Amino acid sequence: MAIENKSTVAYVGTDAVAEAMRQINPDVVAAYPITPQTAIVETFSTMAANGLVDTEMVNVESEHSAMSATIGASASGSRAMTCTSSQGLGLMWETLYIASGLRLPIVMPNVNRALSAPINIHCDHSDSMGARDSGWIQLFSENAQEAYDNTIQAIKIAENSNVYLPVMVLLDGFIISHAIERMELLEDNKVKDFVGEVNTPYSLLDPNNPVTVGSFDGLYGYYFEFKKQQEEAMKNSFSVIKEVGEDFGKLSGRSYEFFETEYMEDAEFGFLVLGSAAGTVRHHVKCLRENGIPAGMIKLRTYRPFPGKELVEATSHLKALAVMDRSDTFAGGMGGPVFMDLRSAYYDYDKKPLMTNYIYGLGGRDLSVELVQQATEEMQDIVRNGEVKQTVNYLGLKE
Amino acid sequence: MKWDISDIKNWSWDKHPRGAIISEPGNSEKFKTGGWRSLRPIHDQEKCVHCLTCFIFCPDSSIKVEDEKMKEIDLEFCKGCGICAEECPKDAIEMIDEMKALDEENK
Amino acid sequence: MSTRLKDLSKKDEILKGGHRLCAGCGASIAVRQILKGLPDDVELVVSNPTGCLEVSTTIYPYTSWNCSYIHSAFENVASTLSGVESAYRSLKKQGKTDKDYRFVVFAGDGGTYDIGFQALSGALERNHRMVYVCYNNEAYMNTGIQRSGATLKGAWTTTSPHGEESYGKAENRKDLTSIVAAHDIPYVAQASISNWRDAVKKAQKAFEADGPAFINILSPCHRGWRYPMEQTVEVAKKAVETCAWPLYEVENGEYNLTGKVKEKKPVEEYLKMQGRFAHLFKKEENKEVLDSIQQYIDEKWERIKYLAGEE
Repeated sequence: MAIENKSTVAYVGTDAVAEAMRQINPDVVAAYPITPQTAIVETFSTMAANGLVDTEMVNVESEHSAMSATIGASASGSRAMTCTSSQGLGLMWETLYIASGLRLPIVMPNVNRALSAPINIHCDHSDSMGARDSGWIQLFSENAQEAYDNTIQAIKIAENSNVYLPVMVLLDGFIISHAIERMELLEDNKVKDFVGEVNTPYSLLDPNNPVTVGSFDGLYGYYFEFKKQQEEAMKNSFSVIKEVGEDFGKLSGRSYEFFETEYMEDAEFGFLVLGSAAGTVRHHVKCLRENGIPAGMIKLRTYRPFPGKELVEATSHLKALAVMDRSDTFAGGMGGPVFMDLRSAYYDYDKKPLMTNYIYGLGGRDLSVELVQQATEEMQDIVRNGEVKQTVNYLGLKE
Repeated sequence: MKWDISDIKNWSWDKHPRGAIISEPGNSEKFKTGGWRSLRPIHDQEKCVHCLTCFIFCPDSSIKVEDEKMKEIDLEFCKGCGICAEECPKDAIEMIDEMKALDEENK
Repeated sequence: MSTRLKDLSKKDEILKGGHRLCAGCGASIAVRQILKGLPDDVELVVSNPTGCLEVSTTIYPYTSWNCSYIHSAFENVASTLSGVESAYRSLKKQGKTDKDYRFVVFAGDGGTYDIGFQALSGALERNHRMVYVCYNNEAYMNTGIQRSGATLKGAWTTTSPHGEESYGKAENRKDLTSIVAAHDIPYVAQASISNWRDAVKKAQKAFEADGPAFINILSPCHRGWRYPMEQTVEVAKKAVETCAWPLYEVENGEYNLTGKVKEKKPVEEYLKMQGRFAHLFKKEENKEVLDSIQQYIDEKWERIKYLAGEE
């Protein structure tokens, strides 16, 4: 299908997200500056200052208050957004669980950055990975285009009445947030129609239906039931994420699924990766294929909910699979979070590849093609020998 | 919104409102706290001058006022703290033993 | 607006019966008096941080609030309600609501003086139109009587116990009302549940303020202060009479004393009513502590009088 009126621009990732937010035109944005997210709130503030949006900007005094104000605004039936990074997400911790527990369809871009200590402003996924059990949907982006596309789709996913869960849109700090890329924007009215009118499960500002939000479950014990509801909503979100991804494809020519595969059909070994590193890995896999080496790759977009069954189906024919994690779990040898999740998903299946885990890029350590080649050679050894010598590996660590 | 919670203890997880929202404002009136009382306020209409001091100091919204007059104490909610008796300028409220009062009622 | 009880008795009870606060609780008296100052024909959103009032009035599946209500966490009531108020302004600006809303916080002193202080300061600086009411019972009562920044010097609490090396809380309390006044918001007041007319009048002004308003209302807790439960109003009254809790307001920067104190009574009269200070009267060496409490209260009282131009 031909897509007309394409607008091609050169944007840094933060501008791409701010532009998506302008087109979404949220009623309230509450945010606090933190590197490398700051440019999003700066750019969006300028848009608000110039009257390009109807948004009330709430320049709060901390990220804890940013999420708290966003919770208040979303519970008031308005479309509410915030954005953050790293320590800011850490400071929000308590309220992340409140946002999902209150079933508020908040959308929050998080520019991935390492967590202290030592303090480090560069990219890894330790901030958002720690929040993987907070009841938020998590969508990873490979580049500015995907960050923009994911932000728009996130509204529609969050506000679906079978879901009503908050969504985190993830983009790698500096690598995506501060690098200029060619990307395409949608027209304002197309985005407006796509996201539609705001839809929240209840509103404090409905005078005909006053509600008590955030009730206390300390005496009779229904907490368990509410947690099960959240898990069910997360399950429901699979089909919604899929539909929204397809609909977005009709609108933009760029459709989205839980993950993207490259050369996987006939691959002997493959890489599973999320975020900007997918670009490096894809480039390398292409080179390997040009040299007749049967490599493949999967770029995981939807980390929460975790599409375990689909990932197993897409990888079980491999002889070896390398899971790339840009964060550690400090579990004493269990590997990174994606590795742990996928290994767990494989437990019920007999047919499985040999699996290895590469923890890479912590604190912004570059993932070079040379490092991917090093991993490739190790994978080829695994295929050849039929055994994994070292399950968890630190790629690019000075040893 | 009216909300029937008579059987809530047996509800399956999917019957509860999302996010533990309570959509029936003020429904705690279905929960009677009067059973907490060990002392019961007895209001003497003869002595009462309807100054409504008891009304403004009651922690449990239990002083019923009608047409600007102190009508009665709502024993469904009164926890028997005795602030009304303490603050009444005319000593028109007396606190008596709740068990004795119940015995009297049941005679 | 009227402060006649006969008129106030006709206003809706927004806090309904059936809540699970202790018998003789000062917090619900504070809530009732403040909400009697709410204008007619407005819509209301109430917010609590975590605390006694919150856990006792919103026990799922019951709510005592006959209005919209939100609780999020302990330290963020001011920012949570900032978000609600901002949503309201946004929707109003876009023509999506034509209702007249008021937003009110009822927070304990722990949620106000201590853990919620940053969010409070931020919300005041951002000028959100909300009435922030601190129902002040001078300690963390919900978790079982621990010291807070509002606890008076010398007081026993479970985390400032008296013993061989301690006479109770060693520090003076934080003068939060003055700190809030330094934010230069339209309306700031100290009130006491014992002086209900004063409290209702202050609430009426707070609800009309074009910007943030703050009321610090003394709301004794008999469990934590150790006095018989029927004495809640009497203890609060004594706090006012001894100037341990001066009643005043700061209206657009102008200080006014609002409680008429004919003759300032010695603070011992207030302290002696309460078991939390009983140890101070049992040891000779604690006389110094009593003197220092009196001195602190005298200094604060003189300062307020000076600011109110009543030297």
